[in-house]
Amino acid sequence: MKYSRELKTAFKISIPVMMGYTVLGFAFGLLLVSFGYDWYFAPLMSLFIYAGALQFVAINFFNVKAGLIDIAIASWFVNLRQSFYGLSLLKRFKKTGKLKPYLIFALTDETYALLTTIKDDVQLKKRWYYFFLCALNQSYWFVGSTFGAILGANIKFDTAGLEFSLTALFVVLCIEQYKNLKNRGPFIIGAVTSIFAFLLVPTDKMLITAIVLSLILLFIFKRKVENE
Amino acid sequence: MSNTEIMIAIAVMSLVNLFTRIFPFLFFKKAELPSSLEFVGKYFPSIILTILIFYTLKEIDFSLYPYGIKELGAILFTIVLHLGLKNYLISIFFGTIFYMGLVQYL
Repeated sequence: MKYSRELKTAFKISIPVMMGYTVLGFAFGLLLVSFGYDWYFAPLMSLFIYAGALQFVAINFFNVKAGLIDIAIASWFVNLRQSFYGLSLLKRFKKTGKLKPYLIFALTDETYALLTTIKDDVQLKKRWYYFFLCALNQSYWFVGSTFGAILGANIKFDTAGLEFSLTALFVVLCIEQYKNLKNRGPFIIGAVTSIFAFLLVPTDKMLITAIVLSLILLFIFKRKVENE
Repeated sequence: MSNTEIMIAIAVMSLVNLFTRIFPFLFFKKAELPSSLEFVGKYFPSIILTILIFYTLKEIDFSLYPYGIKELGAILFTIVLHLGLKNYLISIFFGTIFYMGLVQYL
């Protein structure tokens, strides 16, 4: 095969993501069908949305019958961080030609982390190497979630408590964020606005209320947050 | 939601998600960012992740027995695991198993 070297290197580097995505994807598929939704929504979402946190949150949207505008706004905020990934890849993606649209579409947290930590190997055809890495990662997520959904729909086992995988995911991501940021301000703002929204608005408006309030607080306390 | 409503919701989320990924490639060709956007970009991910933790707990009634002890316990367990072993897969997997055990057997 023409690009087997690129494929091999991409595969080797993607192994940790493979373990993460198949397991987490599996949990997502299992969780989705545990609420009685059809199994094929899992592969469909993994193909077209392909964003872990958003897909988990989507199950909540379905459950509370959220409105489309609420879904759009909340999705935008949940994935806002992705916009900042692209910024640091503008140069890297410049000469990727016809593969560029897919590379941009497939830019998840983990893929971004791999792409930005890769050392430059002059012998590799960059754009194909990037492409394989992105495609492999998405295939892990796709296979994991499809498998979880099919298995969950056909084998009955007690999934009570499985939804905690989502809480655990966010807790872990929060810890990692704190390690990078070393700043308590944003976490305090997030917690305060969440509790406020939790107590004062209906649950289906909670997410968007907390997001808007936290943005306002973030700008009010801009100096304090930056100087901490 | 009905299956048609879910399909529409998936389409909306796919488009919005794609937009967040395409955004910098459309508007910031020279990789220059206004400072206020840079500020939001630096601190907002931590805020949204904190909010999402609370959002996943929104169905829990902390005023009723057992007052959310199981959830808080499982969160604490996940944190300790993660600080100790630093492996996000292990933390999520065993944190969830721990919570499922609490919910199903206690």
